[in-house]
Amino acid sequence: MSVNNRIMVCLVVCLIAGQTAAQGFAGLGMDAEGFAIPQPDPTFDFPTDHGPHPDYRIEWWYLTANMTGPDGTDYGLQWTLFRSALAPQAGEGWSAPQLWLGHAAVTTPTDHYVTERIARGGIGQAGAVPDPFSAWIDDWALTGDWQTLSMTATGPDFGYDVDLTAQGPLIFHGDGGYSVKSASGQASYYYSQPFFALDGTLSLQDGDIPVTGQAWLDREWSSQPLSADQTGWDWFSLSFDDGSKMMGFLLRQTDGASYSSATWITPEGQTTAYPNGAFAADPLETSATSGATVPTTWRVQLPDRGVDVTVSAINTDAWMTTSVPYWEGPVRVTGSHAGRGYLEMTGYE
Amino acid sequence: MTRTALSALLSHWRRNPIQLFTLLAGLALATALWSGVQAVNAEARASYDAAANTVSEAAFDQLVMADGGPIPQATYVSLRRGGWLVSPVIEGSVGDTRLVGIDPLTASGGIGPVDLQGRADIGAFLSTRGQVFGTEEALAPFAQVAVDPVIRPEVAPGVAYTDIGVAQRILGRAGEVDLLVVALVQPIRQADLAILAPDLIRRPAQAGSDVAQLTDSFHLNLTAFGLLSFAVGIFIVNGAIGLAFEQRRPVVRTLRALGMPLGRLMILIGAELMAMALVAGIIGVAMGYVIAAALLPGVAATLNGLYGADVAGTLQLRPSWWLSGMAIALGGTAIAAAGALWQLARMPLLAAAQPRAMAMAAGRRAQVQGGLAIGLLGLAAILAFNADGLIAGFAFLGSLLVGGALALPLILSNVLAFGAARSHSVLGQWFWADTRQQLPGLSLALMALLLAMAANVGVSTMVSSFRLTFVGFLDQRLASELYVTTNDAIQTQQLIDRITPEVDVILPIQSSQVPIGDYPTEVFGSRDHATYRDNWTFVQALADPWDQVAAGEAILINEQLFRRAGLALGDVVDVSGTSLTIAGIYGDYGNPIGQAVISEDLFAGLYPQIRPNRFGLRIPQGRVDPVRRILTDEVGIPAGNIINQAGIKAFSMDVFDRTFVVTTALNVLTLAVAGFAILMSLLTLATMRIPQLAPAWAVGVTRRQLGWLEVARAILLAALTAVVALPLGLLLAWALLAVVNVAAFGWALPMHLFPTDYARLGLFALVAAAIAALWPAIRLARTPPADLLKVFSNER
Repeated sequence: MSVNNRIMVCLVVCLIAGQTAAQGFAGLGMDAEGFAIPQPDPTFDFPTDHGPHPDYRIEWWYLTANMTGPDGTDYGLQWTLFRSALAPQAGEGWSAPQLWLGHAAVTTPTDHYVTERIARGGIGQAGAVPDPFSAWIDDWALTGDWQTLSMTATGPDFGYDVDLTAQGPLIFHGDGGYSVKSASGQASYYYSQPFFALDGTLSLQDGDIPVTGQAWLDREWSSQPLSADQTGWDWFSLSFDDGSKMMGFLLRQTDGASYSSATWITPEGQTTAYPNGAFAADPLETSATSGATVPTTWRVQLPDRGVDVTVSAINTDAWMTTSVPYWEGPVRVTGSHAGRGYLEMTGYE
Repeated sequence: MTRTALSALLSHWRRNPIQLFTLLAGLALATALWSGVQAVNAEARASYDAAANTVSEAAFDQLVMADGGPIPQATYVSLRRGGWLVSPVIEGSVGDTRLVGIDPLTASGGIGPVDLQGRADIGAFLSTRGQVFGTEEALAPFAQVAVDPVIRPEVAPGVAYTDIGVAQRILGRAGEVDLLVVALVQPIRQADLAILAPDLIRRPAQAGSDVAQLTDSFHLNLTAFGLLSFAVGIFIVNGAIGLAFEQRRPVVRTLRALGMPLGRLMILIGAELMAMALVAGIIGVAMGYVIAAALLPGVAATLNGLYGADVAGTLQLRPSWWLSGMAIALGGTAIAAAGALWQLARMPLLAAAQPRAMAMAAGRRAQVQGGLAIGLLGLAAILAFNADGLIAGFAFLGSLLVGGALALPLILSNVLAFGAARSHSVLGQWFWADTRQQLPGLSLALMALLLAMAANVGVSTMVSSFRLTFVGFLDQRLASELYVTTNDAIQTQQLIDRITPEVDVILPIQSSQVPIGDYPTEVFGSRDHATYRDNWTFVQALADPWDQVAAGEAILINEQLFRRAGLALGDVVDVSGTSLTIAGIYGDYGNPIGQAVISEDLFAGLYPQIRPNRFGLRIPQGRVDPVRRILTDEVGIPAGNIINQAGIKAFSMDVFDRTFVVTTALNVLTLAVAGFAILMSLLTLATMRIPQLAPAWAVGVTRRQLGWLEVARAILLAALTAVVALPLGLLLAWALLAVVNVAAFGWALPMHLFPTDYARLGLFALVAAAIAALWPAIRLARTPPADLLKVFSNER
């Protein structure tokens, strides 16, 4: 999922750590000192791989959901846990080199609630374990056996408690979970569970709202996934009404060109990975948000599957006022295919 | 043509290097003064921030163990996992330094070293070896500890900060924390604290100890005086430019007669002035730098603030600083030159060159000026009683200043006329009349002297009043040698049992929030003790206020409650059903809410459920450290629960003393600048005055006598100016302390008078004027008789 934003978030943690301070954004593409590097033809081992991989510099558990309230109102939620390693080792105590960062958000058609947490892993305040699976930071947690998961987060003005039930298999992006991010070969390990049915409660200031919907959980880890000339990222996860799904992203480059990638997912969970160029997304309208001005209506195409849709934000001001700001919110899909999904945009100034 | 014209214009400066020097020096000094005051401000700000940090460390609610012991680290983690946004703190001693360990990832912005959240390298801070932040003295004990010291002058003295993990290692207390700071904003839902951590108690943030408002007030006042210093400089520049224009009238006339368009001439003169302003501005900013570097001992901190020193410690002049200095120099020149350029533009093409035109025009101008002065002073008088906002306050200040300056020639002229009327000797009458005749040429310099002296009186009064108030406030609030907070009744009893024989007295500090006259008020129950009787000063009080309070009949209230509730001394107020007479009103600077004091016994009767857990300990000289050790080692009170007021007070006094050094230096500098202006005016006038002196010499007054009369005249004018400056300066100080401050912060700073300071200042002004007059007088005394004779032969 939104590699760029996640990378930027992790970059901040790295900056905090002073490790890549001098390298800036470009530092992400450079040699990872001592960290493991993703290799082609991966073999995944579950549930172990649901847990953390401390040998890799960055990793995330990233969940977005489209939901509906009793009155038909659309809602979106985000739950994210980032891991950023200052050194390729686990450990205990305050000085253990694993930092954790949590982002949570709820988006309504009129409001966008955001909060952030940051903690050190060595003292148990944040972390992840594969079996029984749990990923947490403070009181936020994602727990279960991946067939069912329960998830919770709170902020100063919102909170949620939801249950997730998998209704399809895990999806592996790119080449069996080896996802290439640039023409020069930077890559990550990337798999998803896009088939979660969601049932739970949003707590907003006006009271609790029961919601149902569908959620998409991404897992990704790497040590150097972007190349030096990549400036930002537009990422789409779309669920169509006919049961098929599509993940597509554009990595924008300093020269104005972009690197694209997409995965087509049938209702049964069969996947087709599309190389650079097959997937296209072009901005139609921009909106001024609490942060930068960003495109909030897009034309998205995957001609090979006859996809030519308009993707529009449910709330154009879904700006994430986190330590690395970005845009992330629920979208509606119309055109050749109807449906809903999530959009994430990073690197807009 | 342009080139010729320029060279013709510039030739004036070549022929009058002293005038060029006056212009550049005046402008540069004005800019330097402005920069210097900014330096004081920055220095004071940095120091006060550190002091405020020390005083208001308990600005957040805290969770501590009910038994006063350490909190297991696991409790911290389970609180976080229960939705409590708390941040761990551990404290201990390394040598004489209090080491504070914090977690920068969860700390609220207001705790910890000043700039840790900003520029610091948090990666190094979090590393296994770690970093420790503090002043050079505070870090001395860490020489033998495996940690990297980072010297930060802005950290409060005697305290060092490090990461909590590093602190646990250094203190040998792995897995323990002392307290948890509760963030102001908490999540929408949390686990129940009583179930999650039954051993912890929540200690509320301590209110009323915030000195931020007090320091803001100080900065506001200092900034106002910075502008005032600049105004002094502008008067000098105005004088120099006016003279230069006057003397260059023939050149201008000739150039225009030769066909130079007026517009181009104006542009040339404007460009010439701006070039001079640029040069003078650069010199001025550089001088400001020198002033800052020479006068402030905390150079590192100050220059860091002013000039943006980088992390490695090499100095960089901050661009914004340059810009503000240059803007002040250019803007000042533009203001000073506007009038002269306006006159030039309106001058008839072939107007005769009038060497005495300035003096002649001054006669007409004096009337306009007098009218303006009366208007402005009238406005000031109206504003003095009606100003209720910051803008009105500053308008009052401005009209008072400008009105006072403009009124000066009028006042002097009348005094001199009065003197002339009372004088019977011929020489005396000539002296008074000649002095009066000379007034227009000197009036700008005298106005500068007036403003300089008024500013000095104002600065001294303000800074000294502020110092007295602040020290009095600290004495009042921190009269005890040590302040101790206990965790529970058991520890309180242990404290009383163990410490009573060691100290003079234990003063309980207990309070309850109750409304008085509909205003939320914190009522304190205070033990009757000399500590309070000796140290508390009142804004207003009845006779023997403490006796009445001790008798349980009276109450003391703070100024905020007094003003807001519209109460008066002697009023009877209701406190939880008991009627009490207001026996005194005390200053309570920086406290946003109402506060009141009643007797300990009455308090215990009204609020029996409240048990004191804070205590002031009065300790004999030299016993403070032993008592502190007993408190930590035997009674088990954490170091963070003990506040040593001597440290805070000494630190504050040190800040003031540094501020004083700088303000004194600035005062001397302002006076020197004004004296310099007098010197320049006298020198300029000297040549013009030969025709007036020659007849006096011709009828038998010796040149030596004439020289002495010159000096006497300068001293007389300076003395008269001083007489006007004193009330103006006091009014200025009053306007700042009682009008602007009330408008800005809602409370008045009491104004104290310092007559010896004013007398000394007056003496300085006379000496400055005498020195300024000395050289022109000597030159006069040595004027060849031939020159004096020429007056009668050269018909002008």
